[in-house]
Amino acid sequence: MAFAAFATAEAQPQAPKKKSRIALFLLLPGIAYLVLFFLAPLISLVLTSLQAPREFGDIGQFDYAFNWQNYVTVIQQYLPHIARSFGYALAATVLALLFSYPLAYFIGVKARRWPLLQSLMLVLVIAPFFISFLLRTLAWKQILSDESIIISSLKALSLMAPDAHFTGTPFAVIFGLTYNFIPFMTLPLYTTLERLDTRYLEAGSDLYANPFTVFRKITVPLSMPGIVAGTLLTFIPAAGDYVNASRDFLGGPDTQMMGNVIEANFLVLLNYPAAAALSIILMAAILVLVGIYVKRSGTEDLL
Amino acid sequence: MSIAVREFAERGADLELVGIQKRFPGFTAIEELDLVIPAGSFFALLGPSGCGKTTTLRLVAGLEEPTRGRILIGGKDVTDTKSHERPVNTVFQSYALFPHMTIIENVAFGLKRRRMADPLGKAHEALKLVELDHVAQRKPQQLSGGQQQRVALARAIVNRPALLLLDEPLGALDLKLRRQMQLELKTIQEEVGLTFLHVTHDQEEAMTMADTVAVMNKGAIEQMGAPEELYELPRTSFVANFLGQSNLFTGEVVGTTGTAITVAAAGGRIVVPTSRAQRHQGEVTVGVRPEKVALHVDEPAASSDRNVLGPGRIVDVSFSGVSTQYLVEVAGAGTVVVFAQNMGFGPVADVGTDVWLSWAVDHGFGLEDEPSEVGRFPSDDSTRSIAVQRREALVSELEEH
Repeated sequence: MAFAAFATAEAQPQAPKKKSRIALFLLLPGIAYLVLFFLAPLISLVLTSLQAPREFGDIGQFDYAFNWQNYVTVIQQYLPHIARSFGYALAATVLALLFSYPLAYFIGVKARRWPLLQSLMLVLVIAPFFISFLLRTLAWKQILSDESIIISSLKALSLMAPDAHFTGTPFAVIFGLTYNFIPFMTLPLYTTLERLDTRYLEAGSDLYANPFTVFRKITVPLSMPGIVAGTLLTFIPAAGDYVNASRDFLGGPDTQMMGNVIEANFLVLLNYPAAAALSIILMAAILVLVGIYVKRSGTEDLL
Repeated sequence: MSIAVREFAERGADLELVGIQKRFPGFTAIEELDLVIPAGSFFALLGPSGCGKTTTLRLVAGLEEPTRGRILIGGKDVTDTKSHERPVNTVFQSYALFPHMTIIENVAFGLKRRRMADPLGKAHEALKLVELDHVAQRKPQQLSGGQQQRVALARAIVNRPALLLLDEPLGALDLKLRRQMQLELKTIQEEVGLTFLHVTHDQEEAMTMADTVAVMNKGAIEQMGAPEELYELPRTSFVANFLGQSNLFTGEVVGTTGTAITVAAAGGRIVVPTSRAQRHQGEVTVGVRPEKVALHVDEPAASSDRNVLGPGRIVDVSFSGVSTQYLVEVAGAGTVVVFAQNMGFGPVADVGTDVWLSWAVDHGFGLEDEPSEVGRFPSDDSTRSIAVQRREALVSELEEH
């Protein structure tokens, strides 16, 4: 160990010296791209979020200011939407994990002996990507609408009240989010489970652990990188999603998420500072939540 | 429901395998196996790779199900018992230390599952036994191969199972550590009286450690017995060649007295005691261990209690410190191997010297194989070619790094 540490300590200062200019040159396009399309819009967004309405101006006319009260106003006004966003995203993430884990485990571990079945099942997981998710979500709206066979049969069987709806409810939104993000959950889970060394499971069983304990103490910790990647890939976009919860798709007036109110403020109400402030809040909240999550899941060793 | 008791095994348990057969899709790993390992013994299953010894171990551990047959531990039928309910622990060849746990968590894993009192204290003690307590808080991947192997050993013995299964557990250790661990294992085994089932392809390890060695080949046990017995009186040519080296001669039985048979082979006559020969008529194969053969520069006087072969010519001499190996080409007998102790300084004869060979009649043995079967074992089953293979594997491994 000491030897290795010594070697790298000596080798490192030399290597970059020779290549630093070339490396910088090669990095330039990437840096330029990020500055132009990430940093500049971000600064512009922060500035917009602090704008104040122009005195005696029309709707949609704002001046640069330091109007931090915008944040207080939007939080007060849209607290239910903020809570709903994270609530729905959390529910969808948990559901997607519950559906995807057995699926990924089957493809990655149980189907190892049949590579053809493995590939076929992976294709089936990815297949929905070949159709636009807008179309797929619209299709679900049709399938789950009040006149659809499913809902009318449920009503005929008295499993649903005659005046009940499915679309427009939180369940429909969470259903749509779960459905749309299952592939994002399944694929990272599959990649870690596919590499899972089943000899560890045998060793656990040999050391008196029953199948459930083996799963809890060995399989889950060893697949943590996949769980973390999958939940992040689901939670982050789901929290900002505005398609599923939209009235045009599976949502209703009472299911609006942050994405929907940001859209409404930008495009309908023309309240740019409020929309920008909401965007910043969404981004910050996700950053904080994800930071805590990654820190607590302690996957540094496994990544 | 379970026999995985919440307390340590008082003593080892017998293991009994009755009519075990194991088939995998496409091949049969174990043909038909009956085996009784008495409680408290150190039993070694010795054989080349692919002979079914690891499968046997996995069957006992409950990691595979037999196609046919019963497994009994301490008199109880555990054939249908899941592996976590068997009073058995395994030291895996791949160590299989959990990478997400520290060493101490690994060692305490089994104790915690059985809700033993003070699992960490006991785990620390087990680590002290393998001299690794100072790395208790590290992760397995921070340890060397040999250290990982010792941790795997500690993780198994800390549970004091009635039956400890060892799957080539000392393979990655250097010679000194290996000896130390062999001694350690033996001490633990004698102290606690556990039953050890040790699977290995290393004949030396099997012979030095085990009370009973079973030589396995092609899914069946060829011969079983105490190491000395197996070595001094091999019954088949596989055992004769896998366990050390042998000089084998095939010929017709031409004479029988009450106590010995005479075989016409190697351009002369070889006498073998009847009690040490498995077959007494027809074409038979007889043999003698290389270290039992004496070299003579002058033709020795004929004697009724010694077999004499020769003259032959020395074609190779290799000096290995303690002894010298001579390869002697004898007309009609092929190449005969002779190990001579270096009582003086250096070899006593050079390449090209004409010599005679002799050995005491009592040292010969007769095999039970049909002579036509003698050649049936491909040469890659010998320990020497395994050594060559292992060397090649090591070299390629080194090149990879």
